[in-house]
Amino acid sequence: MKIGYYPGCSLQSSAKEYDRATRLVARHLGIQLHDINDWNCCGATAAHSMDHFLAAALPARNLIIAEEMGLDVTVPCAACYQRLRLAHRVLAENEETARDISQLIGRPYKGKVRIYSLIETIAGIGLEQLAAQVVRPLKELRVACYYGCLLVRPPGTGCDDPENPRLMDELLEAAKAETLDWGYKNECCGASLVFSERRLALHLIRNILRNAVDAGATSIACACPLCQSNLDTRQGQVNKEFGTSFAMPIFYFPQLLGLAMGLNPQDLGLGMHFVDPQRAIKAVSG
Amino acid sequence: MSVNERDVGTTTEGAAWEPKIVAFLCNWCSYAGADLAGVSRVKYPANVRIIRVPCSSRVNPQFILRAFERGADGVLVAGCHPGDCHYVTGNYFTRRRLTLFKRLLEYVGFEPERLKVRWVSASEGQRFAETVKEMVDGIKHLGPQKRIARL
Amino acid sequence: MPRIGVFVCWCGSNIGGVLDCPAIAQEAASFPGVVFSTEYKYVCSDPGQKLIVDAIKEHRLERVVVASCSPRLHEETFRQVLRRSGLNPYFLEMANLREHCSWVHPDTPEQAQRKAVDLVRRAAAKAARLEPLFPGKIPVVRRCLVIGGGIAGIQTALDVADAGLEVLLVEREPTIGGNMVKLDKTFPTLDCSACISTPKMVAAAQHPNIKLYTYAQVEEITGYIGNFKARIRQKARFVDHAKCTGCGTCWTKCPVSVPDDFNLGLGERGAIHIPFPQAVPNKPVIDLAHCRRSTRGKCGACAKLCPAGAIDYEQKDEFIEAEVGAIVVATGYGLFPWEKVYGEYGYGRFPDVITGLMFERMVNASGPTSGKIQRPSSGKEPRTVVFIQCVGSRDEARGKEYCSRFCCMYTAKHAHQVLEKIPGSEVYVFYIDVRTFGKGYEEFYRRVQDEGAVYIRGRVSKVYQDGSKLIVKGADTLLGEQVEIAADMVVLATGAVPAAGAADVARMIGIPQDKDGFFQEAHPKLRPVETHTGGVFLAGTCQGPKDIPDTVSQASGAAAKVCGLLLKDELETNPLVSRVNEALCTGCLACQPVCPYRAIQPVTITERLPGQPPRERVVARVNEGLCQGCGACTVACRAGAIDLKGFTNKQLLAEVDALCL
Repeated sequence: MKIGYYPGCSLQSSAKEYDRATRLVARHLGIQLHDINDWNCCGATAAHSMDHFLAAALPARNLIIAEEMGLDVTVPCAACYQRLRLAHRVLAENEETARDISQLIGRPYKGKVRIYSLIETIAGIGLEQLAAQVVRPLKELRVACYYGCLLVRPPGTGCDDPENPRLMDELLEAAKAETLDWGYKNECCGASLVFSERRLALHLIRNILRNAVDAGATSIACACPLCQSNLDTRQGQVNKEFGTSFAMPIFYFPQLLGLAMGLNPQDLGLGMHFVDPQRAIKAVSG
Repeated sequence: MSVNERDVGTTTEGAAWEPKIVAFLCNWCSYAGADLAGVSRVKYPANVRIIRVPCSSRVNPQFILRAFERGADGVLVAGCHPGDCHYVTGNYFTRRRLTLFKRLLEYVGFEPERLKVRWVSASEGQRFAETVKEMVDGIKHLGPQKRIARL
Repeated sequence: MPRIGVFVCWCGSNIGGVLDCPAIAQEAASFPGVVFSTEYKYVCSDPGQKLIVDAIKEHRLERVVVASCSPRLHEETFRQVLRRSGLNPYFLEMANLREHCSWVHPDTPEQAQRKAVDLVRRAAAKAARLEPLFPGKIPVVRRCLVIGGGIAGIQTALDVADAGLEVLLVEREPTIGGNMVKLDKTFPTLDCSACISTPKMVAAAQHPNIKLYTYAQVEEITGYIGNFKARIRQKARFVDHAKCTGCGTCWTKCPVSVPDDFNLGLGERGAIHIPFPQAVPNKPVIDLAHCRRSTRGKCGACAKLCPAGAIDYEQKDEFIEAEVGAIVVATGYGLFPWEKVYGEYGYGRFPDVITGLMFERMVNASGPTSGKIQRPSSGKEPRTVVFIQCVGSRDEARGKEYCSRFCCMYTAKHAHQVLEKIPGSEVYVFYIDVRTFGKGYEEFYRRVQDEGAVYIRGRVSKVYQDGSKLIVKGADTLLGEQVEIAADMVVLATGAVPAAGAADVARMIGIPQDKDGFFQEAHPKLRPVETHTGGVFLAGTCQGPKDIPDTVSQASGAAAKVCGLLLKDELETNPLVSRVNEALCTGCLACQPVCPYRAIQPVTITERLPGQPPRERVVARVNEGLCQGCGACTVACRAGAIDLKGFTNKQLLAEVDALCL
C-alpha cells in the first residue's frame, strides 16, 4: 500500500519518537509512506483561532500537493488530522472560499484526496493481518487507549465514534494487549491551557491519569503528540501539585505495535520518554 | 422603444387601463385567506377576480390559457401550503403541473410573470393582499397582455 | 337557457355603503338567462329569504344567484331556501361582494363597482350551467374497529360500546393495557396506574358489545366511510384460549428463562408466559422463538402439565374478516431509541443508566423488583440518583425537535418516589425548562422541590462509569458553573415517538403522518380527532405525545365522533364528486395514482355499439363514498373524460369567460 505521509511539525521535534515508530511499523507492515513534498504547517491552534481563511488555506496547500502526487494522506498527529479534514470539508462545501484558496495557492483542489488518521491507515490492512505480525504479544499490558479531543471531533469529521471510539483499542487488542473501557477516552488533556491556565491543565491531566489508574491501567496509549507530551512530561508536576505518585508510561500506539512485532525498543524511541516505560516493556518482553 | 411600448397601455388607452387578473383560489385555504383579508379590512387593488375551486389541483392549465386568450393580463393560482393540502396531496400536483406549464409558456415566448402560483393559507389574509398588490404592480409594468389574447 | 334570478344584498352598509346595489341589480338583468333581478337590505334575513321563495314561484326561476357575502358563510343557508322552494339546492351560485369586494376596495368605489358587476356576471354564467345534484345514500355498518388496546383504545371502545354499538378492539400484544398499565403511580395525584387501568381492561374484555382480539394485528383495510372491510390476523398463541383456564401451572413450570419484554428486560419470564399477573386476557401465549420444544425439539413440559389440554404446538395464524363503519386508530407511542445516538450517556453500555419507563417497572410493586428501587448492576439501593430530562426531545441535533409533554411530570414523580422510598437519598434533576401545564402539575413540581429534589438547569455532557459510580458531568447554566455528580443511578427521561409500526398503519389506512411520524389530525384545533379520511378517527398518543388525562379526553372525543357517525341509518354523501364519462374514458388509468383517497378503480364494462358485437373494455370508475371532490384527477385525464360535479370544466370555462369580458 502506498500513501502520502504528512508528519506535521511535532513529529519533527517533540514527538520524534512517534515519527520513528510510525515509519518503522509502516515499513514492517508493508505500508509505503511518501512524505508530502514541501509540506507546510497545518495551521493548528494559532491559525484557526485567528483567521478562518488562513486556517483552511494552510492545510489546503498540503492537500493540493498530495493531489498532485496522486496520493491519499495519512496523518499521525490528531491536530493536523483534524485541520486537514476540516479544510477538505470547507473546500468541498464552500465554493467561494475554495475559489479564493486556489487563487491564493495558484492551483485548484479537485477534492480527490482522502485523509486518514494513522489509526485508520493501520487498521486498513486488516486486524488479522496485523495479528499475524505479532511475535511478542502484549499480554501483560493493561492499556487505556486515550484518543483525546481532536481525533474524534467534531462528529462527522473524526475518525471514529466521538463518544466511544474503539479503533485504537482494536489495534492493540490485535497485538494481544488488554484494553480497558474507561471514561476519559475522549476528554480534554488541557494542552492548550498549559501556559495560560497551568493549574487547570494539571487538574485535567490528573483526572485522566487517576481515571486510568482506577480502571486498572498500567499504561496509556495515545495518538496525538500534544496528549502524549502533556500526560508524559507533566506527570511530575501533577504529582508535585496534587501530592500524587503517578508513574504511568505514556506510549504512542505505534510504539506498542512495534514492540509487539518484535522491533527494537530503542529504535521505536522508547528511551525518549519522561516517565520511564521500562517496567511496562519488561513485563511485555517477559 | 421597449419602455415606450410598456407605456402604450396608459398612453393610448388613457389612464383607464387597469390590469385584469383572474385568480383561482382553493376553497379551504386561499379562498378563506381572501375572505380573511376582507374580514380584516386589508385593502388591495380591485383588479383581481376570484373563481372558487375545491383544490388548486382542480385548475386545468386550459383554464389559464382560456383566461389569457380572453384577455386576462394575469392569472393567479393559489392553494394551501405544501403539506397542508385539505386533500392531502393536491397542491403537490399543482406545483408540478404549473411549474411545467409556466416553462412551456416561457418557451413559447410568453411572459411567465403573468402566471403566479402562490400558497396562501386560511390565516394569511395579509399575504393574499400582498400577493395581489405585487402582481398588479408587476403586470402594470408589463403592460396589457396581447400575446395570447384574441384581438 | 334556464331562468335565472339575481338577488343583490346590501348587507346593510357593509356592501351597500361602497357599492351601488340597485345599479348592480339593474346591470345583472341584462346578463344571459337572467329573467329577474332585485336588491334587498339583508337577503339572509327572514324577509330576504321570503323574497327569494316568492320570486322563484312568481318568476318560475330555475337558478338562483345571491350576490352577498362569502359562500363559506351562507351557502348552506340559501341552499335550504332553494330546497324549501322545491328547487334542487345545488341550483344556487353566490357572488362574494362583501369579503372580496366592498370590504377590501372601499377607497376605489368605481373600480369596486365594475368588479362587483363582473363577479355577479361570473355567478350568473356558472348558474346557467348548474346541474341538479343529489347526495347519495350509503348504508352504515354499525360496528367500530379500534386499533390499539392501550388506555386510549380501551376508553374509546368502552364509550362506543356503552352507546350500544359493536366494537372490535384489536391489540398486537398478548394483553391490552398498553403503556399505562406498565406505569406505577400517575402524576400529580399519585394514584396507582394499575388500580385505575386494570378495572377498565376487565370492563372492556367483559363488555357484551366489545369483541377483543389480543395478539392480533389489522393487516388490511379496504372500503370507505360507513363501509370498511378489515382483515385481522390472529397470531398463533399455541394455547387454545377456549380450553385454557389461566391456572398458571404452565408459566410457573416453563424451564426457559429470557429477558422479560414487558419489564423492559429488568426481569425474566418463561417462553410460555403472561405479560403480567393482571393481564387481560389472563391466559398465556408461547413465545416460539425461545420455546425449548421449538429451539431444541425437546421439552413439551407445558403440554404435559396442562390440566386442560390447552397447549397446541400446531396452532396456526388465523384470519378474521370484519365489516366496520368506523375506525379509531389508537396505536400509542414508543420511547425514543436513545441508545443509538446518545453516546455521551454511554450508548446503553452502563447498566445503571436506565429509562423512565424502566424506573416505572422497578418502582412498581408488581414489577421485577417488587417495587424496590435498585441498581441493575448490583441490586443495591442507590443513594444518589440523577435524572436527565429531554433525552430525545427538544434536541434537534440528535433527537426530535418537539416536547414530549409528559416527561417533566413523570421525572418529578420519580424524584418524589426516590426521596420517599430511600430516606436520606439525594436526587438531582437536569432540565432545560420545566413544563407543568396541567391541573395540579405546578403544585406537584413545587412539592417535589420542597421534598429535596435539586433541580439543575442545564444539559449533561457526559456520563461515565468510574468504578461502581456513574460520574455525571454537566452544566448549571443558572450558576454558570460546571457540575460533577457521582451517582449510583441515572434515569433518562426519554422522549416519546410513534409506536413501532405506525408507518405501516398509516399506509394501510391512508392517513398522513406529520414530520415526526405522528398521525395527522384533520385540523390542529377544530378537528383534533378526525383524519382527512372520512370515518377514520384518532385517539391518544398516536396523534402526538400527551399525558393520560388528555389521552382519555381525546379517546372519548373520538368515541363521540364514532357514535355521531354510526348512529345514523345511512350516510348522505357529498355530491360534489368526480364522475367518469365512460364513453370518453380510454381506460389508461392515469387518474388512479393521482387520487389521494384511492377512490378510482378500473372496472370492465360491456360496450354495445350499434352494428357491432358487444365488447368488453376497462374504464375508470369513481367510488363516490371515497371521493372527496378535490378534482386532481380531472386534470390528469388525457381524454377529458373525468369531470368534477359542481365544478365542471364547462362551468369553470364559462366563469373565466364571464370575468374576461
